[in-house]
Amino acid sequence: MQQVVQEIKNLSIGFTSKKGEQISILKNISTTINKGETVGIVGESGSGKSTLALAMMGYVKHGLFTISGECIYQSNDILKMKNRELENIRGRKIAMIPQNAGQSLTPNLKIGYQIDEALRLHTNFQKEDRDVKISELLNKVRLPSPETIAKRYPHELSGGQQQRVAVAMALAGSPDLLLLDEPTTGLDVTTQAHVLELLNFIAKDTGTSMVYVSHDLGAIAQVSDRVIVMYSGEIVLDGPVRTILKNPIHPYTYGLLKSIPKLTLSGLPNSMSGSQPQPGTIKEGCSFYDRCEFAEDKCKINSPELEFVSDLNTSVRCFNHKKLHKKKDEDTKSSKKVLRKLTKNEILDISSVSISYAKQKFIEQLLNKIDDTNPTVKDINIKIDKGETLALVGESGSGKSTILKSIAGLIKAKDGIIKFDKNKILSNDLKKRDANYLRAIQLIFQNPDESLNPNHTVEEIVSQPLKLYFGLSGNELKQKIIEVLKKVRLGEFYLTRYPRQLSGGEKQRVAVARAFAAKPDIILCDEVTSALDVSVQAAVLNLLQELKVDFGTTYIFVSHDLAVVKAISDRVAVLYQGRLCEIGPSESVYKFPSHPYTEVLLGAVLEPDPDIKPKLVAEDIVEEKPPEKGCSFQGRCPRLLGQICKTDVPPWQIDENGNAIRCHIKINDLKNQQISN
Amino acid sequence: MLILVLKRILLGLITLFIVSLITFVGVEVLPGDACTTYLEREAYGAALEACYKRLGLDIPAYERYVSWAIGVIQGDFGYSLSGEMKINDVLGPRVKNSLVLASASILIGIPIALLLGIITALWRDKMPDIIISTFTIFSMTIPEFISATLLILIVAIWLEWLPGIVIVPTGVSVSELLPNIILPVIAISMIMTAHMARMVRSSVIQVMASDYVQMAILKGVPYWKMVFKHVLPNALLPAINVVALTIAWLLGGVVVTEVVFNYPGLGRLVIESISNRDLPVVQALAIILASIYVIINLIADLLTLMLNPRLKSLQIKK
Repeated sequence: MQQVVQEIKNLSIGFTSKKGEQISILKNISTTINKGETVGIVGESGSGKSTLALAMMGYVKHGLFTISGECIYQSNDILKMKNRELENIRGRKIAMIPQNAGQSLTPNLKIGYQIDEALRLHTNFQKEDRDVKISELLNKVRLPSPETIAKRYPHELSGGQQQRVAVAMALAGSPDLLLLDEPTTGLDVTTQAHVLELLNFIAKDTGTSMVYVSHDLGAIAQVSDRVIVMYSGEIVLDGPVRTILKNPIHPYTYGLLKSIPKLTLSGLPNSMSGSQPQPGTIKEGCSFYDRCEFAEDKCKINSPELEFVSDLNTSVRCFNHKKLHKKKDEDTKSSKKVLRKLTKNEILDISSVSISYAKQKFIEQLLNKIDDTNPTVKDINIKIDKGETLALVGESGSGKSTILKSIAGLIKAKDGIIKFDKNKILSNDLKKRDANYLRAIQLIFQNPDESLNPNHTVEEIVSQPLKLYFGLSGNELKQKIIEVLKKVRLGEFYLTRYPRQLSGGEKQRVAVARAFAAKPDIILCDEVTSALDVSVQAAVLNLLQELKVDFGTTYIFVSHDLAVVKAISDRVAVLYQGRLCEIGPSESVYKFPSHPYTEVLLGAVLEPDPDIKPKLVAEDIVEEKPPEKGCSFQGRCPRLLGQICKTDVPPWQIDENGNAIRCHIKINDLKNQQISN
Repeated sequence: MLILVLKRILLGLITLFIVSLITFVGVEVLPGDACTTYLEREAYGAALEACYKRLGLDIPAYERYVSWAIGVIQGDFGYSLSGEMKINDVLGPRVKNSLVLASASILIGIPIALLLGIITALWRDKMPDIIISTFTIFSMTIPEFISATLLILIVAIWLEWLPGIVIVPTGVSVSELLPNIILPVIAISMIMTAHMARMVRSSVIQVMASDYVQMAILKGVPYWKMVFKHVLPNALLPAINVVALTIAWLLGGVVVTEVVFNYPGLGRLVIESISNRDLPVVQALAIILASIYVIINLIADLLTLMLNPRLKSLQIKK
């Protein structure tokens, strides 16, 4: 019999709506967390997963309240405890590692103080012992020179370091249970892989139970023993990690897994229709009914109960789980093949572009010259063919968005020329650009909440480019708007809606519609799917692909998500610190990542499969600015040759597949080394 | 850091220079001048010329500006309209009186404002918040000439506890002045406290909702410790600038209150000298008030910089 750390019984948490109705965010949650076990809780935004994790610490957010049920810890209900009792449990018995460590560390207090505070509250150590313990903790989370880190303020650390500090702080009270709320979301791929590896180490080393909350099945797969899938405030699936990820017997999980782009697959993932219902809108029946491809009539009226399937050791909330039982995971691996036909017809030529963020001195501004020997982005040479999808990938600070903005004319390039349609030079001053070129290049931004004017209706938003570039008005304009919306699968009734009345996926469709309304030749996509839920992301990717086939548009697609890039792009350019490392056809770059940095990046990608572990080849050091001389990747390169890498900028080499890399090591040697690893 | 301070001081000086230019030019282009106002109907012929000569108005404007500016830098504002009293002698006691009124209001008003703001935020939507917030909104919306008049009516006339208006010679000592300023201080504090308490309330509420406060709670930090260590230092940083502006406003003369209570401060001097068309005094006051704003804002910015580790390290890096 396993020892139970926490037991949740019939927990419902909700709020009172403006109409006075009681609306549940969590519905009848029952589960147990065993000692030494890592439980992953996965779900999309709004599924109630964070509310559940917080409730396990007896914390209910302002405006929410417990409707019924209990969270039993050491035979007491945490939700009924007084603040006094809670203070003794929080941080000492149950500790939290927050989503955004940067915002969760108090800005005016030094790192050392914040860890010391936890030690003072939860241990009996004297001052001297506590100082030693702080260093020990910082060492344990593998932070270099703990003494200096302790004296710093939170903002003086990088995102990965802040997350490590948060882990150290949580470990200070040696808790029985660690709650992790999306601890790696927002970190770079390589940092994320390192933090997860650290968490796995800590789980083994200390024997602490963990509850790992995330929307990212890739991360969940790496750390969890058991996975709970939540949908619309309910547990829909609860079982061992391999069963959940390889034989998902709930239609939602099944669809979710199909909609995730994976490195092991080529082509676009299958999308799931619709989106998660708003809390309180489903009165009867299964909450997944609307989106379920296996739904029957009874699902609409009756709500399925959580049912235990003994041969899989899994609980599932579905009447039809037996149908899915037989579908093996081969099915979840199916994906749509993407037709690629390329015409050799150059549409954009970026040559020797450098961009500097250095502050201009007053006199330099007058003379209109920028004097910066080490610009943020340097020597970018890319030619793009009509109808091609070129992806720019790299970690934060790699300059991928900067290049995009410079093509759009939002940032002035320091040097270099951008030519459009073979020989037309695009001025780097937006005001001097020809209106026709402005129309030809459109941008879609990462976050539709910020890129759509909240005071405009969908009709007004989409009408802007039509009025501006084509001078349409009246009925003609309206017909055109409806036509454009239809292209992004939005009906006529959306015309009068405001952005706040739309779901995340719908908003991004409106943004896509606005871009396409201008009949552009090139669309610049800046992390267009990063703010979306996985199931919605697949739908947007598919939409972009279909529109491309219809219109022959060229995409320049910026993303940090390598699996997404693999699914959509024809060619990939890998950037590090504003310098190109590798560029080539997606298929061969992903098959033989030649440049050491590409190898590091791809190695760190998390697949939603517990049997594929990330390969950590390089340290996740954060460099503040590119090196003055030599190769841009010299600071982190696992295959550093020697002095030459520090003094000389590496030459371009091209292999037989068309992969071009910038490295001092011979391209074939790099491949052989990788195969032999 | 030092370079930054010097830079800010230089900017302040430039601001003052521009203010002085604007007021000087403004005074110049107004129809009429000190002499025509002073001499009224006799402003013609020899008398006018003599007056011009006496006040030095016969020399070109730019020369007068230069000599006036040099005087101001040396701390001499010249002579007032009549040409009989040095402006320094007119201003001195008024500045002192305004300082006394302002410091009393600051010492009483600001702590109360902070306290009320923090209480209303911590007991948000509960009884203390509802009562105090109602009171602050109430005292914010009543114009000061009404609240001041009501105070005089109740405290001075019905209860006869305190003098209703200030009838003291301009140059009395501080201890003699004190009992006279109680009512003006209450009138000023009511408005000032209400404004600041609202500001502090929203700032504290915002910080209470932040991720790091939630984290502190989940770390098991006891409530009051969390409030003092994690909430207040971060919530009160933005308050520094509001406090600074309030102080500058107080020093610059709370015109309405001073007029209602007949208080001999800077605010009333502004009104008096404008209605007397005593242009040299108006000029001097403009410079003094501008300097007060520049200096206090400078202090507030430097204070924020020192207390906010994020800004501090940013500045050092540069």
